[in-house]
Amino acid sequence: MLDIKNLQVRAEDKEILKGIDLHVDAGEVHAIMGPNGSGKSTLARVLAGHPEYQVTAGEITYEGQDLLDMDPDERAREGVFMAFQYPVEIAGVNNAYFLKAAVNAKRKHLGQPELDAIEFMQLVREKAKLLEIDQQMLSRAVNEGFSGGEKKRNEIFQMALLEPKLSILDETDSGLDIDALKIVANGVNALRSPDRAIIVVTHYQRLLNYIVPDYVHVLSAGRIVKSGGKELALELEEKGYGWIETGAEPVRA
Amino acid sequence: MTQVAEKLQPWLAALDERPQGGPRWLQDLRDRGAARFASLGFPTTREEDWRFTSVAAIANSEFSAVPPAAAAMTEQDLAPFVYADAPHRLVLVNGRFAPELSRLNGLPKGVRFGSLAAAIHSESDAVARYFGQLADFGARSFTALNTAFAEDGAFVLIPDRLVLEAPLQLIFLSTNAPSFMSSPRTLVLAGERSQSRIVETYVGVPGQGYFTNAVTEIAVGEHAILDHYKVQEEAIDAFHIAAMHVHAARSATFSSHAFSLGSRLARNDIFTVLDGEGAECTLNGLYLADGERLVDTHTTIDHAKPHCPSHEVYKGILGGRARAIFNGKIIVRQDAQKTDAKQTNRALLLTDDATINTKPQLEIFADDVKCTHGAAIGQLDEDALFYLRSRGFTFAEARDMLIHAFAGEILDRVQVEPLRRALEAELYAQLAKDLAEVDAA
Repeated sequence: MLDIKNLQVRAEDKEILKGIDLHVDAGEVHAIMGPNGSGKSTLARVLAGHPEYQVTAGEITYEGQDLLDMDPDERAREGVFMAFQYPVEIAGVNNAYFLKAAVNAKRKHLGQPELDAIEFMQLVREKAKLLEIDQQMLSRAVNEGFSGGEKKRNEIFQMALLEPKLSILDETDSGLDIDALKIVANGVNALRSPDRAIIVVTHYQRLLNYIVPDYVHVLSAGRIVKSGGKELALELEEKGYGWIETGAEPVRA
Repeated sequence: MTQVAEKLQPWLAALDERPQGGPRWLQDLRDRGAARFASLGFPTTREEDWRFTSVAAIANSEFSAVPPAAAAMTEQDLAPFVYADAPHRLVLVNGRFAPELSRLNGLPKGVRFGSLAAAIHSESDAVARYFGQLADFGARSFTALNTAFAEDGAFVLIPDRLVLEAPLQLIFLSTNAPSFMSSPRTLVLAGERSQSRIVETYVGVPGQGYFTNAVTEIAVGEHAILDHYKVQEEAIDAFHIAAMHVHAARSATFSSHAFSLGSRLARNDIFTVLDGEGAECTLNGLYLADGERLVDTHTTIDHAKPHCPSHEVYKGILGGRARAIFNGKIIVRQDAQKTDAKQTNRALLLTDDATINTKPQLEIFADDVKCTHGAAIGQLDEDALFYLRSRGFTFAEARDMLIHAFAGEILDRVQVEPLRRALEAELYAQLAKDLAEVDAA
């Protein structure tokens, strides 16, 4: 589904990613872990097409297409979805209106009939339960005045409505208490299927207790320095990132 | 200076053609207005209040000071301008009452709604008591000029304790007769504990570049509630100068919603005096300009008594090489403890060539008060644009959504639904044109 080759990325003359190779197949969940500043959020944002970054080398193929050649909205309509680390507040745009327009923009692109108000509300009811989205969150402006947890739930709610092929969760667990974390994880797990892939970007292993990955990659200083199965996450939790960055086993006290 | 004086000559000559007749007090008032204008002349950009707005284009034009009688207009001519589907409307064409287009019947007992010229005779006591009392022209050329030519306009009187359900619409329509100046005058008296809504609409036909110089005086009685809507959709080649003076008595609630969408040069001044404990005012505004147009808003909220809240939100959208000025003055008198004043001004610049000068101006003489103000000028929020695009909206869709949301904050406060829809349609149509120009550039 996704093939990243030798991806090198700069932001404002600072080299952030220094040659990333990553292959993700449909049905897989990959976790990208790493210390702060390792470039993991940059990777997520580059996949979504954030304009702040310049790709200086490498390529990204998504479903046989050149992803880097696609605008952010084109990527979204083709099934790429990033749950933002910091969801943006959109004053004056009603959340329900926004969600319906987003769902229909995608359906139109895929040649499917657009949902009318009643059909959309049916879809909302079904998905809202899972993420404990209440009527109040739908009637407010997008993310405006939402708590941190509400914003993250709203992101995964959008993901549930848009049913992306490739989802990228950018530190969705940051700032969530354990209950909110479980709700979010349930929402994500409900979307796991053989024809979808999910990339979970996280600093901590905690989320991976609930969204169990097939692969774990460790990013450090702009490179993937270690890859493994889900047990790698547990190892990181226990030992921290230091041993990977220095290449040495930590000394136990 | 001599040049300025020369330019003033035709205006001084025109003053001699000012209306005569009517009661003595009115003749005196006109005379004083004329004398004041003659000594003030037009404001120049050396004056702080006109620093960014040159009125040379008005001063240098020759307008006939006596508005031409309009050719007979039909309901159909008027149709595009009747927004509020208000059952009650007063229409003035080129500053003169047009009875055949007006709908003045069927109002509750005691309500006076009609032409000012008629009211000067029929309601002479009420008119004489208030007329010219709020719109001080001592230092204001255009108000002096309007006063010199005061003859017709609108008169509204809502009796005490009356709740008027339907909005009253005042339509000031200008035709494309050879360029002329009209000096409409509006007097609104809202009785104690009354409740009403008034829509003032200024529209016109392009072609000859007419000049509207309007003055509105509003007295809101104790515990009265008055919602005032002003829609400025003058012809694109017209000049629009307007001053609205509001006096709010104890516990009165006054709201102003000002939409400035038309004219090549628009200046809107609003003066609100909160002159009784617990009086409250809300000033909302939205302006849009493009091309070479200029839109200038000066508001003054004068907190004269304690415990008066005021809320002000103005927003602007500027395209092309348009210029905007926003000056929001808040005065808190020594007496006005527990004042709570909030002011926000935001402007969205669609092009690099559009400019705005914005200035909050606080004059606070009391010590136990809360005053906040903020201004934000700029382009659309890049993060919001990216967020929307990442959800599948094209750049143009995302941009439209954000701009509509920006304007929506003000539009959504319009409580007269057909008016809100009409304003929205007009605004979106203008925006679509402006954005198409941005895309083509």
